[in-house]
Amino acid sequence: MGNTSSMLTQYDIEEVQEHCNHTFSQQEIVSLYQRFCQLDRNGSGFISAEEFLSVPEFAVNPLSQVNGVASDLKHPHEIKRLLRMLDGLNFKEFVAFLSAFSPHATLQQKIEFIFKVYDSDGNGKVTFSDMLEVLRDLSGQFISEPQREQVLTHVLEEAGYTKNSLLGLSDFMKILGNTGLKMEVEVPVD
Amino acid sequence: MNSSSEIQNQKLTSQLDLDLDFEFDQPSGKLRLRDLLDISPTLTEASGAIIDDSFTRCFKSNPPETWNWNVYLFPLWCLGVVIRYLFLFPARVLILTIGWIIFLSSYIPVHFLLKGHDKLRKKFERYLVELICSFFVASWTGVVKYHGPRPSRRPKQVFVANHTSMIDFIILEQMTAFAVIMQKHPGWVGLLQSTILESVGCIWFNRTEVKDREILTKKLRDHVQGAENNPLLIFPEGTCVNNNYTVMFKKGGAFELDCTVCPIAIKYNKIFVDAFWNSRKQSFTKHLLRLMTSWAVVCDVWYLEPQNIKPGETAIEFAERVRDIISVRAGLKKVPWDGLLKYSRPSPKHRELKQQSFSESMLRRLEEK
Repeated sequence: MGNTSSMLTQYDIEEVQEHCNHTFSQQEIVSLYQRFCQLDRNGSGFISAEEFLSVPEFAVNPLSQVNGVASDLKHPHEIKRLLRMLDGLNFKEFVAFLSAFSPHATLQQKIEFIFKVYDSDGNGKVTFSDMLEVLRDLSGQFISEPQREQVLTHVLEEAGYTKNSLLGLSDFMKILGNTGLKMEVEVPVD
Repeated sequence: MNSSSEIQNQKLTSQLDLDLDFEFDQPSGKLRLRDLLDISPTLTEASGAIIDDSFTRCFKSNPPETWNWNVYLFPLWCLGVVIRYLFLFPARVLILTIGWIIFLSSYIPVHFLLKGHDKLRKKFERYLVELICSFFVASWTGVVKYHGPRPSRRPKQVFVANHTSMIDFIILEQMTAFAVIMQKHPGWVGLLQSTILESVGCIWFNRTEVKDREILTKKLRDHVQGAENNPLLIFPEGTCVNNNYTVMFKKGGAFELDCTVCPIAIKYNKIFVDAFWNSRKQSFTKHLLRLMTSWAVVCDVWYLEPQNIKPGETAIEFAERVRDIISVRAGLKKVPWDGLLKYSRPSPKHRELKQQSFSESMLRRLEEK
């Protein structure tokens, strides 16, 4: 798939569709490509975290921060979680990222996605501090740090875990599996 | 920040939330681990923004539909290109050159010889600026329909309009010599700004200089008081938008000056040419050249009823009310974003409101048994 060409061939579309396990229709992939080109302002063939953050609606999202601080991206090694998953995506990876939000994605795929957001070092285990960091991003200054720790510890223990437990993907499946997770976005098709 | 602006900000932000079309606060019942781990609403909002967002839509220029790929239409289209580039364009350049010659040969003498007779000189200069703008408009075969009473020169009034391109200014200027507030540009445009436009009383600012604002507000206030000054024209969006949407109007400037605000709505007919100037994608020169090689620039200008700030209305509410009037008249959709977000990140206030809402919900559910 050419970086510089703005034309998507039928072959490219099918390749991308294969890569995302057919969670998007071909029309949706074409739409997503237009969007990709729009976001990729310098035409480099991939979207940087900076380019994502230039969408105001995305920049105000609590999870686009890093450790409760609005990312200014001066220190690349601090990019974690959602931004890390997004930084430097080419089109195929962009569609694969969004595939978790397709109505055709399975519950398993959605929970896997959520797990990946938590598991920032990618070792397959989510720690107490991982969960605490996400909670911090979501609640900001409106809950004190000790209170956050206390609440998290409390709900963990209630669910049969401890502060030192390392949660794996199967744990997440168990915890989130019955919630009727709603995580869907519609791709506008002209 | 005083409390009424706080409330205003909250109102606008909840409009933002409504636009995001997602209800965050549904769950209830005792807080469990799964509620903390389930970040799907926030993730959904993030992905929604990645796939489509109302801000980027404001600056998208729709590429013209290719209707010419067909044996019969293609030769016609080629003929069109030939006519446009080989006949229309040179003719237009000629018109523009003649216009400039007439203008400069009249303006320079008037400017220097009538130095002592200010009133007369200003009258001539005003007329000449209107003239050169008419030449510009002719050079794109501009067909402009003006609706409504022509602006009059009175003190304590300010004109505001939606902004699509720098040609908005030229189109309005050919009818009335306004004094405009503009961003100082580099190059030949800047030269024109510092010489000719200065004489009609235009005021410059630099977007990146924050301390400019106070000096600017004072200059505006002074200008508006003077009965002899040309009517002031402001584009409160602060940036060019693609003529399908309007971004939020800046309250500072037009709406805090204690004077009547006269709205002007401008709508371009896209069939002929897309007049949106995407300043990030092309220079003004290229933009002008594109206009000069199109068939025509067709637009409507509506001079709308002057508005005054209502008792108890804040400047922000006043600005939004006027934006509403203009958007309805020109058929534009309103978007709750500040145009300057093109150049900077949104303020943390929006995110903090979301965080506050999340925290309150979480703490509330913690209490439930």
